[in-house]
Amino acid sequence: MRNRFVAQRVGFALLTLAALAVVIPILAVVAVIVIRGAAAINWEFLTAMPRDGMRAGGIFPAIVGTVVLTLGTAIVAIPLGVGGAIYLSEYARDTWVTRAIRLAIINLAGIPSVVYGLFGLGLFVLLLGFGTSIVAGSLTLSIMTLPVIISTAEEALRAVPTEFRTVSASLGGTRWQAIRHIVLPQALPGIITGVILGLLRAAGETAPILFTVAAFYLPRLPRSPLDQTMALPYHLYVVSTQVPGMPQKIQFGTALVLLGLVLSLNVVATMIRSYFRRRRQW
Amino acid sequence: MKHTPRVRWAEFAIESLIRVIGFSTVGFVILIFLFLLREGLPAFAQIDLGNLFGTRWYPTFGLFGTLPLILGSVLITISAIVIALPLGVAAAVFIREVAPNWAREILKPMIEVLAGIPSVVLGFFGMTLVAPIVRETFGAPTGLVAFTGALILAYMSLPTIISVAEDALDAVPKMYRDAGLAMGATQWQTIWRVVVPAARSGIVTAVMLGMGRAIGETMAVMMVTGNAARLPLGLDALFRPVRTMTATIAAEMGEVAHGSVHYHVLFAIGIILFVITFLINLAAASTMFRKRRRGGLR
Repeated sequence: MRNRFVAQRVGFALLTLAALAVVIPILAVVAVIVIRGAAAINWEFLTAMPRDGMRAGGIFPAIVGTVVLTLGTAIVAIPLGVGGAIYLSEYARDTWVTRAIRLAIINLAGIPSVVYGLFGLGLFVLLLGFGTSIVAGSLTLSIMTLPVIISTAEEALRAVPTEFRTVSASLGGTRWQAIRHIVLPQALPGIITGVILGLLRAAGETAPILFTVAAFYLPRLPRSPLDQTMALPYHLYVVSTQVPGMPQKIQFGTALVLLGLVLSLNVVATMIRSYFRRRRQW
Repeated sequence: MKHTPRVRWAEFAIESLIRVIGFSTVGFVILIFLFLLREGLPAFAQIDLGNLFGTRWYPTFGLFGTLPLILGSVLITISAIVIALPLGVAAAVFIREVAPNWAREILKPMIEVLAGIPSVVLGFFGMTLVAPIVRETFGAPTGLVAFTGALILAYMSLPTIISVAEDALDAVPKMYRDAGLAMGATQWQTIWRVVVPAARSGIVTAVMLGMGRAIGETMAVMMVTGNAARLPLGLDALFRPVRTMTATIAAEMGEVAHGSVHYHVLFAIGIILFVITFLINLAAASTMFRKRRRGGLR
């Protein structure tokens, strides 16, 4: 009967190999981009305008553009997302209407990002007449991030024990008072984590901003919300595919800045989550 | 306790607002679909179906055959799943059933890192580093081929597949494992014959969600697949350049005149994509709803 255990050994070895085959390429991507990108990073690269058809100078407007777009997305997506999550966790009963809402959220999460781009182009850029602008791009990105924010915020709200609401009601508080003063503050760390994760996705996306906001080469900062702007993900696409004779240094440098921005925010979100999970008293 | 009219009014206002926001998500999905229809349907009127679903995509000559694009998307999505399914399920089983605690603590955040890497960064990595390796290993004239795209896509869908499959394994009652072991089966036999089959529906959901991600992925695919709109038929199709639906929209929408036939056809491709991903998600969601209704007995 020993070969059963031989089979187990082989099986476990295969599983370990599979896990390594997942992890090693991730390490390789991060390591290569960090090592080769680090050579390009200096003060000028981060704070100067691009020059010479982007082959020299810095990527400052792309960094600013990404930050502005992410902020714009936050302004729209946070109230909508958190409001939607409050509705689903505190008010909605299990009816066909709420089923439809849940289905819609799952669907929003699954719609290809380039289709969001088409939608943004059709509605915000053309029909509402915002043109290719920060407003149009932020609105497009915020609809794309809604499902992430709603589902993580809803989970955070649901994790608050029902007793908290019951106690508030027994003291004569209204439903909204319980939510506003007790449930929301308790769920806040989870909601913040969800918001950061959602905004991260927005900051790294290229396809939805292709036709709604991104400028190919605009060596100045945006002047108004109706202005176009450069953005890091699109800039990386441009310098790696659209401009012949682009120095690899600039490509890897841009990739590193984008990866660094996204991953460091990711770490912040994870830290918030684990810190408050440990501190939670219920 | 009585509440002043002001409190009651504020309560009403805020609750209505929240309700409106709750419903707005459904509104967005409908709005997105309506917009695709509004801009995409004229394509069906402007050119005949034989052309639209033909085999040649040469927009400048009025040939809008979307068949190569659809098959291109299908080819790399299926290839990506063929790579990602065994890897993802094995990794999920490893993480949930076999790995020592310290390995689990390392693996989970690593997979989150992978999920956080922007698609355009993976595309860039694929172009500059994976494509040359593929070219040299398989002796192809270029490394920017369907296989490279499938490889990158497989890794992009892995985080989804692993985390959903892991949840499914986690939901298998401990009783099942104990029963397997009590019968004298090894841990491996228990995993293989009891736990994984019991988690089957969750694993199917995982694969479907991964597939939904893969078919809609745009930037990485556009950067590494070579973008040649040829029919991906024949045995060597994996090692030839292909072009997907998403990449076509992303590459061409910026340059077409609004309102032209080409513009409407690109939106029509958007409709096809929307419908495909909608159906995949509907299927995935229905298995999730069914699982919930059956409660503890899966």
